[in-house]
Formats: sequence, structure tokens, C-alpha cells
Amino acid sequence: MAILVDSKTRVLCQGITGAAGAFHCKQMLAYGTRLVAGVTPGKGGTFFEDKVPVFDTVADAVRETGANASVIFVPPPFAADAIMEAADAGVKLVVPITEGVPVRDMVVAWRYLQGRDVRMIGPNCPGIITPGQCKIGIMPGHIHTPGRIGVLSRSGTLTYEAVHQLSVLGYGQSTAIGIGGDPIIGTRHIDALKLFNEDPDTDAVIFIGEIGGTAEEEACAWAKQHMKKPLVGFIAGATAPPGRRMGHAGAIIAGGQGTAEAKYAAMVDAGVHIVRSPAEMGRKMAEVLGR
Amino acid sequence: MKIHEFQAKEILRRFGVPTLEGGVARTPDDAVAISRRLGGSVWVVKAQVHAGGRGLGRLVGEVDESVLTRAVAGEPGLPGKGGVRICKSAEEVHAAAQALLNATLVTKQTGRSGSVIRQVYVEAGCRIAREIYLAILLDRATSRVLVMASSEGGTEIEEVAVHSPEKIHKEWADPLTGLGGWQARRLGFRLGLGGKSNGSFVKLVTALYRTYLECDCSMLEINPLIVTEEGEVLPLDAKMTFDENGLFRHPDIEAMRDMAEEDPSEIEAGKYNLSYVKLDGNIGCLVNGAGLAMATMDIIKFYGEEPANFLDVGGGADQTKVTAAFKIITRDPAVKGILINIFGGIMKCDVIAEGVIAAVKEVGLGVPLVVRLEGTNVQLGKKILAESGLAVIPADSMSDAAEKIVAAVRGV
Repeated sequence: MAILVDSKTRVLCQGITGAAGAFHCKQMLAYGTRLVAGVTPGKGGTFFEDKVPVFDTVADAVRETGANASVIFVPPPFAADAIMEAADAGVKLVVPITEGVPVRDMVVAWRYLQGRDVRMIGPNCPGIITPGQCKIGIMPGHIHTPGRIGVLSRSGTLTYEAVHQLSVLGYGQSTAIGIGGDPIIGTRHIDALKLFNEDPDTDAVIFIGEIGGTAEEEACAWAKQHMKKPLVGFIAGATAPPGRRMGHAGAIIAGGQGTAEAKYAAMVDAGVHIVRSPAEMGRKMAEVLGR
Repeated sequence: MKIHEFQAKEILRRFGVPTLEGGVARTPDDAVAISRRLGGSVWVVKAQVHAGGRGLGRLVGEVDESVLTRAVAGEPGLPGKGGVRICKSAEEVHAAAQALLNATLVTKQTGRSGSVIRQVYVEAGCRIAREIYLAILLDRATSRVLVMASSEGGTEIEEVAVHSPEKIHKEWADPLTGLGGWQARRLGFRLGLGGKSNGSFVKLVTALYRTYLECDCSMLEINPLIVTEEGEVLPLDAKMTFDENGLFRHPDIEAMRDMAEEDPSEIEAGKYNLSYVKLDGNIGCLVNGAGLAMATMDIIKFYGEEPANFLDVGGGADQTKVTAAFKIITRDPAVKGILINIFGGIMKCDVIAEGVIAAVKEVGLGVPLVVRLEGTNVQLGKKILAESGLAVIPADSMSDAAEKIVAAVRGV
């Protein structure tokens, strides 16, 4: 069943009537995602695309439709509030796509999620897709093919690149997950690796890291002890100078921490099959699987 | 976003943090006037640039090249004077301001090119009994705000972390309750601050924590925090950086942005919502997505050349953005070739192809251009480029693109 989302996942969208929300909800519907509700305060009682009911609150949407996952497209100043509203309403999976959420807001939202039965993916992420079953996010659905390789990365287009390389070589994906480029994210590399490790439908994982923080090192320390499946790894940002933010709010080498070399060293130590060229992720996976 | 020390102290005062009296001068005469207003017998004239390591830095023209090289390495105890000068008379204040203003300061953080000093901060002197390091920042491992202090003030915290990590004390604030008084107190005692100093320390740390939160800081570093001979606790230096994502709440802080301290190309990129960072190589890159943009830089290096920039045009790039990005890249004289790498998802390849053609027609093309398109409508995108009549070198994959642009800049 891949990880976190499948054909049974009932999705609601917070911010469904905004430009980005509406655009991507149409794409999700076209892909076959079970989009059961939308939430836009003040627009309750209307319908999106004549078929998806819109509610004023997430609590209403959950009660009326049984939604168990939420994708968030609300603007940055209100995103943390939206995350907390979803958690309070009992949504089990919250996926804020929004880029530019202030760290101060996320510190509070993240604290609010502690002790609640909810998982967050993002913010500032492309989302999650189980090919052929459920797409929650902004990734182009058609490049994915159903299969048995997990893909894990922070960013959007670099995830697409890995997925594309796999698809071209005939390897489908169990689930591809973009966990987001911010310093505070709900699902870290280690969490995603744990899920893939336990998933009977995943044989191996492409694990893409990037400079900044120590989340990759943390994931590698865990993988060294527990990961039962082969990992192919790439770290983006080996050429980035220290002290400069590379697009993502979290992609910065600071205080000597977060270098690509340190992360590659942790990967090698954990037995990850590393590639130094991002063009080799798919081929390395084929080589590792011996096919 | 960064601000100057004098601006940081202005903000700190608003939050009730005690600071030494001081003023900003743009001429030596102003500096002297400020010192007269402050009174006393000792003043410190400090270069105002965004880079750190000012005290150990050296001025171009004041010392010879070999000393500057050592200043870039952050070596202490170099011959000559630094960017922070202690003065004991009006004449000395005048001379210090004269030397610093409009000079180029080279520090560990500026690199050899240095930073031009456009203003100095003249501050009252004080008698220092102890120096402490204090910083407030986000701890990514716990997703909480961390207050970190060390008894080794004045030195770089990275050095302390390597050589004597036991001297670094940490307190994590619970976002729901804030930093506890007990935490600030405990931090003070661990630093050896008892009695009256502990009380002033607690007050100060509490005010600093409030400043950090309310101003959406990403880093608030006081190095050194000093204890005066009278037992008072004061920030001698103050470095503040802000979370760009939180700046919409602070137009007053946004107004403190000093454009002269920022790269003009990066300012221009910001206007178009492009994420651009100038680097030292010769191959310009134009990519969609931060992760893929970093990976594109890496693959250029993998094939033996250096990237000239990081540039993410973002998810919704249109013709205007692509043209603006193209202009910024071609303006850099170091650029000997350009690599465009786009993975079209929601952004369609044919739209990108049209954007590239329009940009090339408007800006002109003086260097080789390799374009790699993949994803939605890729065939149509490639066809549009091929039929454009422009000297665009098409590529089929990231490695193919990197090999082609490297070969092109080498004239192979």
C-alpha cells in the first residue's frame, strides 16, 4: 500500500478557492485523488467545480465528509493557523504546500502538533504521491509510474528528476515524498525512511539530501542500525559557499554545520550507495538492484 | 536580512536592553562631535559593515597584501589596526574616523574583496571585567528557540564548540510558555554570574528573547556581552539577522536594509522574486526549483567547471521572470557560458522555450547557451527551440547538458 497515502485517502483542501489551491485541486481531481472537501472561511455551502463541497471550517469538513488528510494552500501569514486548525479537527495527515511561512509561526504550530495523532509533511514542499492512487500536492502526476522504489527529497523539481530517471529505466515508484525546504518541517528524512523500511511494497529508496542542518546525518545514524533496504543517496549543494542561503530557507551552511561533505560521510558510514552526480541516481539504483 | 550594529542597538533599546551611549558618523567631524556629546575620556570608533570579525580585520592600503591575506584567514595579533579603534582624545577619534570612513575593511567574513566602510559608530568606552558570548537562534534539531551562552566571550563560538564544548551552556524555550525566568537565572549561574550581576543578566536575557521573537529574528548574537567593573551587564556588540519570511510584519525593520551592503544583482533578482546568489565560477545557471538548482551547480563542478551563480526562477516562472533572470546572468562578466535546466511540471516546457527565445532576442547572446528541458510538453518545447534559428545547444539529460556547456566554455 506504499506509505501514508493511497486510493482510500480522503483529502480536503484548505484554501481551495485561492488561485494556487483551485489550480492544483483540479489537477488532483484529474489524477484521481479522492478530494472530498474544500475549506474557505465564508464560502461554506458552495461547491468547487460543481462537485466538491466547500466548508467554513475544517471541523465541519471532517464531520461531513470523513476527510483524513488536508493539503494547505493558504498564504504564508495564515498557514500556521491553518495547520493547527486541521490538527484540532482530527485530520491525520496535514500537507502545507505554502512557501514562506515565518519560522516564528512554525515553532508554535509544531509545538501544538506534539502529543496529537497527526503527521505533517512540509511546509514549503511539493507534497506526496503514491502513483496511480493518490496525489496530494503540486507535482506533475504524469511523470510517475506505479512501482516499488521510494523517493525521498526536500525539493520539488529534484524529486521529479529522480522519479523521471527511475521511470525512464523502467522502475516505478511506491511513493515519492517531498518533505520541504524549511528549517522546521513535520516529516524529516528519518521519519520517511522509517515508513519506507516498514512498507512491504517498497524495495529500495532514493534518498536525496541537501546542505543545511543535520537531518540527513540523523537519518543516516538511524539507517546504519535499522534500514533493511538499499538506499541510493545524493546531497545537493556541494558547491554552495558557507553562510549563503540557497533558495530554500533551510539550505544554508552555518557555523561549520550542514556541509555536503559531512552529509556524504554520514551516508557512506551508513552504507548508502552515494552518487556525486545528480544524473546518476536512477542508474545507480538499477546497478544496486542488479537488474 | 542583516542590519548594522548601530541599528541592532537601536532596536534593542526599544525592548529595554541597556546599551552604551553612542552615535553614527559619516565624517570625522561628526565623530568628534558625537564623542564630545558623550563626554568621558575613552571612546570606541567602530566600522559599520555587515560582516563580522571587524576587530581582527585590516584596512586595504594601511597594511601590505600579506597581512590582508592573513586577515582573511582570521588570524589574530596582526600588525596594524583593525576596524574597531579605542581612542583617548578628540584627535584620536578624528584620526580613527578619518582612517576608517570610505576605506575597505577586509575580514574573515568579507573575503579579500572586503567591505567599504560608509559609516562609523562612536560609542562611550567602559571598563570591562568579563566578556561573555550569547546567542539566540533556532535549533533545527528540536524546532525550538535556543539561548546559548559561553564564558569565552570575544572568540568565535565555532572555535569554542570544537575546543571546549563544556563551556557552552544551552537553554531551550518552550514556545507555549516562553523562556522561563528560572532558565535565564540558571544560565547566569552557569556562567559564574552571581549576586547583582545575575539579576541584570536575567533582565537582559529576557529582553533579548522578547526582541528575538517579536522582531522575527533568525539570529541575535551578542559577542561579547560584557560585565563592567561596576557589575552591570551590557551588549558590547550586537548582530541581528531576520527571517525574510517574517519581514512583512516589520516595515520599520525592512526600512533598515542597507542596499549598499548587498550585491546589486541580488537586489535586482529580488525585485522579480528570483532567488539568486552570485558565485565565483564561469558557467551561469538558470533552473527551476532550489534543489535542482543546487544539483545543477554540483553537476557543473562534477564535469570540471565552476558555477557562476545559484538561480531559482521558482515554480511559476513566466517570460518576464526568465528574461529578468537571463539579464542578470549575462550581466556578470565572468560568465562564459549558460546552462538552462528546467524540469517542467506545472510549468510547461513549451512556455519556457518561448520565454528563453524572447529573452535571447531581447538581451542578445554572446556566450554559448545549453538548454535542457524535461517534463510536461517537452517535445513541443524542444521543437520550438530547434526551429527558433537561435544558436541554442539542446541537451537530453542533466549530464549531457553539463558535458556540453563545459566543452563549450573550454572551446572544445
